Amino acid sequence: MGEMVKLEYRVSSEDFERAGDASSNTKKVLKKIGIPSDVIRRAAIVTYEAEMNLVIHSMGGEIVVEIFPDRIIVTAKDFGPGIPDVDKAMQEGYSTAPDRIREMGFGAGMGLPNMKKCSDDFSIESEVGVGTEVVMTLYI
Amino acid sequence: MNIRQIVEILKAEVLTGEDDMEKEVKYAFGADLMSDVLAFVNEKTVLLTGLTNPQVIRTAEMIDISAIVYVRGKKPDDASIMLAKENNITLLRTSFTLYTTSGLLYSAGLQGIDVLGVIK
Repeated sequence: MGEMVKLEYRVSSEDFERAGDASSNTKKVLKKIGIPSDVIRRAAIVTYEAEMNLVIHSMGGEIVVEIFPDRIIVTAKDFGPGIPDVDKAMQEGYSTAPDRIREMGFGAGMGLPNMKKCSDDFSIESEVGVGTEVVMTLYI
Repeated sequence: MNIRQIVEILKAEVLTGEDDMEKEVKYAFGADLMSDVLAFVNEKTVLLTGLTNPQVIRTAEMIDISAIVYVRGKKPDDASIMLAKENNITLLRTSFTLYTTSGLLYSAGLQGIDVLGVIK
């Protein structure tokens, strides 16, 4: 595989019907390309957690998956509202999700920590009123 | 342990995957928190849950969970069943509670997942 593959998905706020479509498609493409299963697994987890975060917390955003010969870069970017305290958001168990999200099985405060754990490189930048960008790199 | 044994032990109804009874699982994990499932579960695991929305199937798909048991008689919605069929995920349904389901499978030799190290 010499060529770089780029997948782009728009993710709408509160669209629980389609939540998971972007990650599901990403996983299928990675399988087709023949990426090692351990990397596929970690890429699927970070993409799905990022997608659910966009659906649950953001005002909408996008997920971009870039597949290079030696690494996969997953970028999740939204249009707000931004995270007031990123350090707090990175703590296991901390969540601002409302009860109706918790009833769906999410909002346990494991999302961002798990995304970091499953990535080789992880960065998060957020500005209230502007948006959040999370970039995760996984080496193949 | 294979799916057929799980069906027998739990007196379970088979919702999808009737043709896949010999599929083997090595571990079981019980939770209604999908974030925890994503954080802790490895492959060859059967998920025991009372949560019935399609996100459960999506979660299973992401981490290659091949079978789900709905406890307390919970029934997944049609969207979940369709999604499970698409992804070859076996869905079972038992009347037992999560506690009893876990106990029955554990007594029959099905191991839990090691999450030691969570408490530091």
